[in-house]
Amino acid sequence: MFRAPREEIAVKTRDLAYVALFAAIVAVLGQIPPVPVPGIPVPITAQTLGVMLAGSVLGARRGGLALLLFLAVVAMGAPLLASGAGGLGVFVGPTAGYLYSWPIAAFVVGWLTERFWRRYNLAWALVANLVGGIAVIYAIGIPFTSLYADIPLSASAIGSLAFIPGDVVKAVAASVVAVAVRRAYPVIELPSRRATAG
Amino acid sequence: MLSLYRPGTSLVHRARAGLKLAALAALGTGLFAVARIEVVVAALIGVLAAGLLVARLPAGVLWAQVRPVWLLLTGLFVFHLLLTDPLTGAVAVLRLLTLVLAAAVVTATTRVTALVAVVEWLLRPLEVVGVRPARVGLMVAMTLRFIPVVAERAARIREAQAARGASGMRLGLLVPLLIQVLQLAATLGEALDARGADDVPARRPRRA
Amino acid sequence: MRWGRRGATAAAAPPLPRTAVELRDVTHAYGERTVLAGVSLTLTEARIGVIGANGSGKSTFARLLNGLVVPTAGTVLVDGLDTRTQVREVRRRVGFVFQDPDAQIVHPTVAEDVAFGLTNQGVPADEIARRVDEVLVQYGLDGHRDHPAHLLSGGQKQLLAIAGVLVMEPQRVVFDEPTTLLDLGNTRRVARVVDGLEQDVVVVTHHLDLLAAFDRVLVFEDGRVAADGTPAETVPWYVARCG
Repeated sequence: MFRAPREEIAVKTRDLAYVALFAAIVAVLGQIPPVPVPGIPVPITAQTLGVMLAGSVLGARRGGLALLLFLAVVAMGAPLLASGAGGLGVFVGPTAGYLYSWPIAAFVVGWLTERFWRRYNLAWALVANLVGGIAVIYAIGIPFTSLYADIPLSASAIGSLAFIPGDVVKAVAASVVAVAVRRAYPVIELPSRRATAG
Repeated sequence: MLSLYRPGTSLVHRARAGLKLAALAALGTGLFAVARIEVVVAALIGVLAAGLLVARLPAGVLWAQVRPVWLLLTGLFVFHLLLTDPLTGAVAVLRLLTLVLAAAVVTATTRVTALVAVVEWLLRPLEVVGVRPARVGLMVAMTLRFIPVVAERAARIREAQAARGASGMRLGLLVPLLIQVLQLAATLGEALDARGADDVPARRPRRA
Repeated sequence: MRWGRRGATAAAAPPLPRTAVELRDVTHAYGERTVLAGVSLTLTEARIGVIGANGSGKSTFARLLNGLVVPTAGTVLVDGLDTRTQVREVRRRVGFVFQDPDAQIVHPTVAEDVAFGLTNQGVPADEIARRVDEVLVQYGLDGHRDHPAHLLSGGQKQLLAIAGVLVMEPQRVVFDEPTTLLDLGNTRRVARVVDGLEQDVVVVTHHLDLLAAFDRVLVFEDGRVAADGTPAETVPWYVARCG
């Protein structure tokens, strides 16, 4: 129904607002207590849901920046990770690679989402979130831990297997939400459309 | 509240933030370049001395940062015991422990504003491609400002849904929450304009 | 320059310059939907109220006055400055207070947020400190200097939002439904603040009693000015019209 007068606002400051607010959303998702799900070995935390949603809703650039900002705020000492951790320590810990992967993951989810935007539906959303939100994160996190903790790649990979079912659940959830949000309040604007709208 | 900074006046507290971050980076690189147990143990003792004796941080402050990785470190050591040798395991695990502790010391002795200033300084070369380093502080501030706002809106939506008989998880919560936040962002963008956020000179005058 | 506002200094200081806003045949559309159609007005009065149904175009009208929205067709001039091309200068003259203070407060703590606009203008740090202190005292927020903004009450948040705008010393302040989200006590507090302002104001509101002492009230209907006159002329007309 009512739409904020979006096209008239200077694009840049509105983007700053999107980025800061999504960084805040990722922080709030981290405060939700982990949910144990029957049949899944480790409880699900909601924080990487925020990674997927940032990319799915804001697109590549703004989504990636939102996660970069979130990590910066964590690095500066705000204990906003789902584990209750914060500060610089988490960036030199054995699983820091997963953290470093988040901005990249959000960017990739967003990049794929922009590619799929015109035909965006649950299936395409799922592709974007599985590739960007899971494959990218593991592709960075697993080798990082392996190098960093001096263990074989296979051991590092096996250690992370337990998290995959939960991440798939999150990818499905993020996709459902992203499709609904796109219908109600689409934020991603493709360049060609922007040109015709202006 | 939302910061792990512990005020103090020690040498470590007073050292420049950029210097502390550079030292942390150097320590990280050095411990991987020289993977010898005596070097790692010396570094660990040095970091503990800096944190507990010089900066006079309570041990709990450091432990709070180690606790999240404690299990993982133990697991790693066991893994090395089984598959490689105890020495390699000790180097790998103590190295990580040292870095986590060093990072905890830097975090606990450095003000957020000082860290922001370092990030702005690091970003300065990117000014040529249009990045505005002065924005970093604003963005960090806005994130901290809006965390409670977003949490409050989420709580309000949950109440509204519970009042209509909804229960349990939360997907139904996320859609209205995200839409509200996007609308909030549109107004926030206007407010930033109205309050002159656009006026920020590319180069902010340096302050003491 | 600075203008005294309170007590003896207010009496001695020169009066604030009046700000004239002119709309020339302004039309505004969001995509297909036209929200303002050919509005021409000259606003010079110190106290101007704006009323009308939801969706009548009053919010867009308010945003035109300081360049948050630029018209699809026509021109908006603030003291002769075009909001399309001289938007920064326009915004220094015309401040804007939003309905929801939560969307307007950008810093975690009270004093930092008040300082925000001044920092943007490049005001020197010691002057920022002085002006922020002054404004915090003026709006009864000096006890909350370093408090987190989110712990303030709704009314205090709106006062903080107003303080953050007034510290920049605009000549005219546009309020977009400043009391819609507030309870009666806080509505009256904010109304007293608005009444006490030396600045020119434009107040968009559904609280008709706020406008009793205003100089001029515009009634918007379907993107046009349906009535324009003193509160005594326009408010009863609007009330009757709403049935």
